[in-house]
Amino acid sequence: MAKKVKDTPEASRMIVSPGYRAFTIFNDILIGIICIAMLYPFLYLIAQSFSSTEAIVAGKVGIVPVGFSVDTYKYVLSSGVFLPDYLNTLIYAVIGTVSALVLSSLLAYPLSKPELRCNKFIGPFIIFTMYFAGGMIPNYILMVSLGLKDTVAAFILPGVISTYYVILMRSFFESVPKELEEAGEIDGLSRFGAFIHVALPMSKPILATMTLFYLVQYWNDWFDAFLYLDTQSKWPVAYYLRNLISTSSSSAEDAGEALTIAANIKSCAMVLTAAPIICVYPFIQKYFVAGMMLGGVKG
Amino acid sequence: MAANNKKKAKNDVFQQESLGRHLKKYWQLYVMMLIPVIYYVIFRYVPMVGNIIAFRRYRAGSSIFGDEWSGLKYFNQFIKDTNFWRAFRNTLALNIKYLVISFPITIIFAILLNEIKNVHYKKLVQTISYLPHFISMVIVAGMIRELVSTSGPINSLIVSMGGEPIQFISLPQWFTTIFVTSGIWQGLGWGTILYLAAMSGINPELYEAASLDGANRLKQIWHVTLPGILPTIMTLLILNIGSLCGSAAFEKVFLLYQPTTYETADIIATYVYRMGLGSGNYSYATAVGLFQGLINIVLLTAANIFSKKTTGSGLY
Repeated sequence: MAKKVKDTPEASRMIVSPGYRAFTIFNDILIGIICIAMLYPFLYLIAQSFSSTEAIVAGKVGIVPVGFSVDTYKYVLSSGVFLPDYLNTLIYAVIGTVSALVLSSLLAYPLSKPELRCNKFIGPFIIFTMYFAGGMIPNYILMVSLGLKDTVAAFILPGVISTYYVILMRSFFESVPKELEEAGEIDGLSRFGAFIHVALPMSKPILATMTLFYLVQYWNDWFDAFLYLDTQSKWPVAYYLRNLISTSSSSAEDAGEALTIAANIKSCAMVLTAAPIICVYPFIQKYFVAGMMLGGVKG
Repeated sequence: MAANNKKKAKNDVFQQESLGRHLKKYWQLYVMMLIPVIYYVIFRYVPMVGNIIAFRRYRAGSSIFGDEWSGLKYFNQFIKDTNFWRAFRNTLALNIKYLVISFPITIIFAILLNEIKNVHYKKLVQTISYLPHFISMVIVAGMIRELVSTSGPINSLIVSMGGEPIQFISLPQWFTTIFVTSGIWQGLGWGTILYLAAMSGINPELYEAASLDGANRLKQIWHVTLPGILPTIMTLLILNIGSLCGSAAFEKVFLLYQPTTYETADIIATYVYRMGLGSGNYSYATAVGLFQGLINIVLLTAANIFSKKTTGSGLY
């Protein structure tokens, strides 16, 4: 390794040359432009959802709403389909995320104990499913033959344990100091008690990360609903959106009044569906960045 | 699993007693993983074995493992199907084009991000660039359709410059562009996380030493940052090559393609969906899916061996 540079003030003074400063400013501006470009589709969507029909027909709407109105929101929220589906999504996301957290940590924690002999088999048994899996058709046939078609279970179960997330959790549990759990066991805690009272409280960062990831997974899932849920009253909002988007888009050619109203409604429904996730993830950012890094470094 | 262990212990008389103690000491941990392991057996391994209907005749409502052997009949069928080969070509083409363009861009973006000195600005940029990753593919597809629609901003721009509006979404020659561009938009920020992790692990003294030796900023990036993240680059490259024939793009393609764009947009996964669940040819579609799964394993293994030979490090 490099010899330690003792005179750090000198070194850092040398780094800040005019070229360095110019690079920093150029870089900051460039990245700012990239960020604005990345935000543009969202801003466009939001602007459209608040704009009047006439302004959209005239193609006037950019990233600022033209003819500001909240009529579209009133219309969507009172449509009798959107809100019930939204509520479904909320319920499914909560049930799914809680089940996923429980099941994944029940698996990840024992897997993080190298002294557990069966991990020699269970580890590869779990990881193998990342390399080879039953395809779409065998999975579908299984769900149908279990009698789960058109049940909420068919929406929850396919993603309730993600192997990749289990590996991330295992890496985190491995970093929990063994001594603390042993101390807990000396104080009379069982193995399971040590998991509940020692390991879990120390694992808040990974639990927060997993909560976000599973929440996003269930909130955004539409395909399992598309495959398994036949009854309209059971649909999650993402599936409702999918139908909204794909039905009106085929008529994109005859850009008439009806289409523009649909564009309004579509934007509004999309904004409302994306909003909760957009509001939550920045607060969990420091956790999931750390969680991904830990998992990524350990492989 | 306990049964598994017992069976093993029977072979090894010396371990038998300690196995009893082992189970007594750890039984709670075994009980904990019981339900998840049963889940894996039912929802991961049964469908895996269910792939066997690629070689068997399956009738709806009867055994999920099929009724009678049909040999390689379904494989012979799809190998002669030009639509299968079109889907195969498109899968590779879309994934390769996306990889070739997005992979270097992500590395460059990560390096530029790492060069931001203001901590708050850096965090803000990260928050913004992660955002598209968390958005449902349904919404992403909806946004794309809005942006490229005949009354959308892209066509408005074309019209204002005197051009004719283009129906991007129904033209096969535009599908790859839409696919790759939106993929970069959605994955760029998220893709930097592991690189940033690797960069934060680089010893800052290396930069100081390099600057004392007269290396400017670009040279420092070239001689310190890049070598520091090379293992991460290789790992991600292996994973990406391993999934070149994969179905990661399924949802997006499924939401964006239409019969007029099948020519460039139909991939194996969407083909499997249409043949299997759309037309009820379960065994045929499973055979196609199984073929794809085997190619994925071969690609991943080959990429891993190649990486081990050239850089000395691989995934496993």
